[in-house]
Amino acid sequence: MPKKKMPVAELKKYYEDMLLIRRFEEKAGQLYGMGLIGGFCHLYIGQEAVVVGLEASAVKGDKRITSYRDHGHMLACGMNAKGVMAELTGRNDGYSKGKGGSMHMFSKEKNFFGGHGIVGAQVPIGAGLAFSDKYKGSKSVTFTYFGDGAANQGQVYETYNMAMLWKLPVIFVIENNQYAMGTSVDRSTKSPSLWERGLAYGIKGEEVDGMDVLKVKDAGDRATAHCRKGNGPYILEIKTYRYRGHSMSDPARYRTREEVQKVRSERDPIENLRDILLAGKYLSEQEIKKIDVEIKHIVNDAAEFAKASPEPSVNELFTDIYLEI
Amino acid sequence: MPTEILMPALSPTMEEGTIAKWLVKKGDSVFPGDVLAEIETDKATIEFESIDEGVVSEILFSEGSEGIKINEVIAILHTSDEQKISKSTKNKVEPVIESKPLIPKRKSEDVVEIKAHTHESETKTITVREALRDAMAEEMRANPNIFLMGEEVAEYQGAYKISQGLLEEFSNKRVIDTPITEHGFAGIGIGAAFGGLNPIVEFMTFNFAMQAIDQIVNSAAKTLYMSGGQMGCSIVFRGPNGAASRVGAQHSQDYSAWYSSIPGLKVISPFSSDDAKGLLKSSIRDPNPVIFLENEILYGESFEVPIDDSFTVPIGKARIRRSGNDVTIVSFGIGLKFALEAAELLSESGIDSEVVDLRTLRPMDTDTIIQSVMKTNRCVTVEEGFPVCSIGNYISSVIMQEAFDYLDAPVINCTGKDVPMPYAANLEKLALLTTAEVITAVENVMYR
Repeated sequence: MPKKKMPVAELKKYYEDMLLIRRFEEKAGQLYGMGLIGGFCHLYIGQEAVVVGLEASAVKGDKRITSYRDHGHMLACGMNAKGVMAELTGRNDGYSKGKGGSMHMFSKEKNFFGGHGIVGAQVPIGAGLAFSDKYKGSKSVTFTYFGDGAANQGQVYETYNMAMLWKLPVIFVIENNQYAMGTSVDRSTKSPSLWERGLAYGIKGEEVDGMDVLKVKDAGDRATAHCRKGNGPYILEIKTYRYRGHSMSDPARYRTREEVQKVRSERDPIENLRDILLAGKYLSEQEIKKIDVEIKHIVNDAAEFAKASPEPSVNELFTDIYLEI
Repeated sequence: MPTEILMPALSPTMEEGTIAKWLVKKGDSVFPGDVLAEIETDKATIEFESIDEGVVSEILFSEGSEGIKINEVIAILHTSDEQKISKSTKNKVEPVIESKPLIPKRKSEDVVEIKAHTHESETKTITVREALRDAMAEEMRANPNIFLMGEEVAEYQGAYKISQGLLEEFSNKRVIDTPITEHGFAGIGIGAAFGGLNPIVEFMTFNFAMQAIDQIVNSAAKTLYMSGGQMGCSIVFRGPNGAASRVGAQHSQDYSAWYSSIPGLKVISPFSSDDAKGLLKSSIRDPNPVIFLENEILYGESFEVPIDDSFTVPIGKARIRRSGNDVTIVSFGIGLKFALEAAELLSESGIDSEVVDLRTLRPMDTDTIIQSVMKTNRCVTVEEGFPVCSIGNYISSVIMQEAFDYLDAPVINCTGKDVPMPYAANLEKLALLTTAEVITAVENVMYR
């Protein structure tokens, strides 16, 4: 429960944005089950508070980049649900004209730089985006998201070193959902406090409760303020949890159903915010129900759009390989 | 209203599944996220969750039922939800893409006269090293978004002195020493390019770029395509490539063929100062990622370069180094040294060679090669790299497909030997390409 009274519009937006991601991902899972989405599809269910909280700290001009578990990031930064879903179904109206798929979407307009399929590869790229802002004298920051699995990749530490050396305005967001595919942090990581590794490079950071959108927002405000002042990078290790498998074909033998159920029933970020909205009399039951229905409409429209959109023209096979001079 | 629960596709390769276990029974209430059943796929047993709220009204397959096709109804849920989604419409499959037309065979009327290249404007003699430095300096003066980063490029003035004087002129904002961390700084360069800058990333040698090849191939080359044309990456990766002298196996590899196989990259390998300068300027201006392969042995060689600062060389155009009628020798980079020497010596024994300098490996100017072969009817390729899957192998296949009827002899590929580069002076000499080998190859295709 927030200590002071917060603007209702702000809380309402967090609720709407998180619910949109949840319902969108459930729908994506369903379309995958129907064979309309192929290949790899990594759902963000359970982690919604992370991107929604941090996007609340972002201002115009800020950039974001993430891994292949990217649907939530795109929706949270304002990319259109129809365009994202149509990319998932590999159709012409998708953000990448169907040529990228679930793991590879981009939006220049929204400063969303992907959508990267090689674990950890987005980390130096994110620092490079921050480099471009510093070079141009801009005050923008880059949110560079990666998981607890990527936190063991060497290029992350190569990047920490250069980011601090050159004081780049980059926020390293470790979305620690506790499992790198099927390997728990305990089994993969000698020093389980991931953010503390940045201290060796002089990078400040903190651990954040990623199931509480308000706490994520507060941490985001601290991180962005630090970066915008020219102090260099900041690390947020956000403790979160993914309810679904690593990808769609995850047999989930590495954790018990009870463990998942316990997080869902006790720490769910959307349920928790709903409780706050009701208990604090920010919104009524009817108003919340109305939001639920509106979100469901958006998601169903996106799904129908994604099913109706045509496959890309066969002529697209040989386009977008080189830019013309 | 009833909602059909369908056998889900739970892996990219699954076609049918087995219901290993039902976790709900008729009459149970379910909520989104509740596990309905355990489904055995071709890969694993996976929990299948409900996305709707409702009451299970029918279960159509018992536990242990095998071979249920994807999208077959396995249960019915009674929902009160007015938002129920419409039944799946089968994904319409468009006809498969028409295959690219076969490469047309060339006819004799396609032969055009190709003239050896010469500069018409005023020139001066400079080394390849100076030419590369001048190209960067001129472009950096013209565009403030261009910067150079790499190991020892600033204070040290370049490990091979290519960036001599640049720190002084452009400051440490634009000439940036990096730590020894190729993977990391290649990625940062790519990110800076996505952010709208035009980085030149120097690798001390391309041997070390192996540490960064994931970023070059997966991030720089593919993002334009993966983003449906939104996100270009204007970046130059440059540095010496191939063998130097007595530096052993890990410092002596030619990566021409590796990078040339990647759609999304452009690959340049110049021989002389004028091409080094003109092509590096074009590469820096190019909106795509360019791999610019230099050669340590050539850095100190001198050639004529036009004085005019606006001089550039277009990417993708080969250059006729020497006109001839008897045989075509195709090469690039350091290979030209052997090709030109061989041509000179062969002329003494009456063999008139045409020497084609590719300059750009991707996109390759195969038209010029074909035109030349249609005239000479014989071809030898010359490169320093390994023989398997080499640039010469590719050229041979293009000639075979496009000008088979014009060939009077099989194409011969002269390459480095199929061994890691040895250190011992005598063995290294044997592993490297030689002018004598090129001469022998030409004599063979001439049946002499």
